[in-house]
Amino acid sequence: MPDLFTVIDDWLVSLLTGWGASGLILDIILSLIGSLVVVGYLLTLALFIIWFERKVVARIQDRIGPNRVGPWGLFQNVADVLKLMTKEIVIPSGADLIPFLLAPVIATATVLMLWAVLPFTRNAIGTDVSIGVLYLAAVSSLGFMSILMAGWSSNNKYALLGAFRAVAMLVSYEVPLILMLLIPVLLTGSMRINAIVEAQSIWYVFSMPLAALIFYIANHAEVARSPFDLLEAESEIVAGYHIEYSGMAFATFYLAEFLHAFTISALTATLFLGGWRGPFVDQVPTLGIVYFFIKSFAVYFVNVWARGTLPRLRIDQIMDFCWKLLVPVSLLLLVLTVIADKTALQFFSGYSVGGTAIEMLPRSAVLFGVNLLVAGIAVVSLAQQGRRDREADLYPETAVD
Amino acid sequence: MIPLHWFLLVAAGMFCLGLFGVLIRRNVVAILMSIELMLNAVNLNLVAFWRYLAPEHINGQMFAVFVFAVAAAEVSVGLALIISIYRNRDDVNAGDLNLLKW
Amino acid sequence: MSLTPLHAIFALMSLFTVGGAVGVVLNRNLIYAAMYLVLSLFGIAGLFILLEAPFLAAVQILVYVGAISVLITITVMVTRCVFCKEPPPRQLTLVAVMAALVMVTLGFVIMTRFGGLTPAADVPADSIEQLGVAFVNPQAYLVPFEVASILLLGALIGAIFIARDDLPRDEEAVGGDDHA
Repeated sequence: MPDLFTVIDDWLVSLLTGWGASGLILDIILSLIGSLVVVGYLLTLALFIIWFERKVVARIQDRIGPNRVGPWGLFQNVADVLKLMTKEIVIPSGADLIPFLLAPVIATATVLMLWAVLPFTRNAIGTDVSIGVLYLAAVSSLGFMSILMAGWSSNNKYALLGAFRAVAMLVSYEVPLILMLLIPVLLTGSMRINAIVEAQSIWYVFSMPLAALIFYIANHAEVARSPFDLLEAESEIVAGYHIEYSGMAFATFYLAEFLHAFTISALTATLFLGGWRGPFVDQVPTLGIVYFFIKSFAVYFVNVWARGTLPRLRIDQIMDFCWKLLVPVSLLLLVLTVIADKTALQFFSGYSVGGTAIEMLPRSAVLFGVNLLVAGIAVVSLAQQGRRDREADLYPETAVD
Repeated sequence: MIPLHWFLLVAAGMFCLGLFGVLIRRNVVAILMSIELMLNAVNLNLVAFWRYLAPEHINGQMFAVFVFAVAAAEVSVGLALIISIYRNRDDVNAGDLNLLKW
Repeated sequence: MSLTPLHAIFALMSLFTVGGAVGVVLNRNLIYAAMYLVLSLFGIAGLFILLEAPFLAAVQILVYVGAISVLITITVMVTRCVFCKEPPPRQLTLVAVMAALVMVTLGFVIMTRFGGLTPAADVPADSIEQLGVAFVNPQAYLVPFEVASILLLGALIGAIFIARDDLPRDEEAVGGDDHA
């Protein structure tokens, strides 16, 4: 059965060629149509994402959630968007107009740009660039500038403090994030996203559970959701860098935040949960999009779950967690993975770095062992650290300062 | 295809603007930004020459990567120095930092 | 010479690059200057893509836009020097004439030596792999690569050490007395 997306693509190409487009012009028109479709789809999906999140959080907190507009409150967000559109965008006196209005746009654009390299199915991918993973890292680091712009141009102390906190935290969590982005690249031997998906005959979450966990936590911090949501800690700095935003400008920031949270779920699904892979996907490639979104929503559910359950951390706890736990553990994991993989490849004949699930089994077992080892080391050192802390609390006079 | 001299002219313009900025600005941060412009102009030149003269050798890209590394080191230490100077003297004006001047 | 969309993209990216550079140099508001710097560096990344070096374009955005610009912006904010009373530039004409002279000389050399040159060959499809291999090849760039990493480590430690706020604080002095 032919792939739905290939059929559409062929039809568009023949249509446009009939109209006289060719070469570079054809490519540009096709890319334009593709990006408009993806962006339109995502912006519509965002309404559903927000509804999903509100429903799940409501259930966690023993509430019902939106239930008035439409069936199960499904159109609540449409109503909210309409309300926000009619509201005035209040611009504080002394605000710097251009950066103030540009910041939410940049924030949304950087999130949408991430989708350019994410494959929905084997064939439905914006552009399968050879540097896909590096592109992801580069584009997600663009967002810092929008936060600084928003914080500074609002002419508000809380906004600036929130922006500083946000950037300090995001830059720190970028380190374990990028280290763990290297793991799928390392195991696949390619930075192309589609190559990474195709190499996962055994999902990387099974062979590298610790890497997937660290990647997920760092990503969770990147989108600044509870327990990492101190940049909008109401009790300390009111609402962080979007304190002065209202109306559609605020809605744009809000949209960027929710879309970002869903995007990191899609990223985790692609890099560690096998993306569009699933049963019968070789016969019916269009099924890939269903698997992709099922996996993304599964990861997103965990994200919402954590957000609804965990209390907020302090800034020093967050920084300690990143620099004293995540960074050393991910460095150790990266180095040990390389050593174990290369040694096993050298000395075992049955060790295969590609192929079907059966052929990949020895490699997954070795990598899983490495993960267990590193997790064990981390837990033991944490336990010792905890004991030292408790002893220092109990017997302060004997503690070595 | 775009001819080589277009890229070179853009890089030269950027380099001269950076040079102008280094000489004319008095704020240390602004001087640092102008130096970044000059480094980027050099990078653009390296990559353009690599693409047009020797795309089969990787050296042009390699040098650009080393410029990235050096620029990152330079900026981090430079900005740390600026913050330290500001703490001690409440001032980041290059003209006023004349303790070592005869 | 026929104009293609490629030329339009080149014109746009050059506009970003040079226009951003003008903004950096002439803007007295340092926050704006930093934002223009981002624009300029972004334009350079676009030019790298036109030069078929996507790896460098991504690194350019990651290093310059994601890290260096953020560092510069934060420094501007921390030093509270957004509208510093920068004294009016001395010898403006002299410097302008000098920069213009350098530009004319460079332009002359570029036009006489490299005018109208087109690519000698296509970029090999595996140029990124070649780059990666060259980094770890002892015959190629292994030693410079390691030296660069040591440089970065040194810069990291040095920057933290220099910028650390270790002025004696009152409450610390009191605490020290208690322990003694």
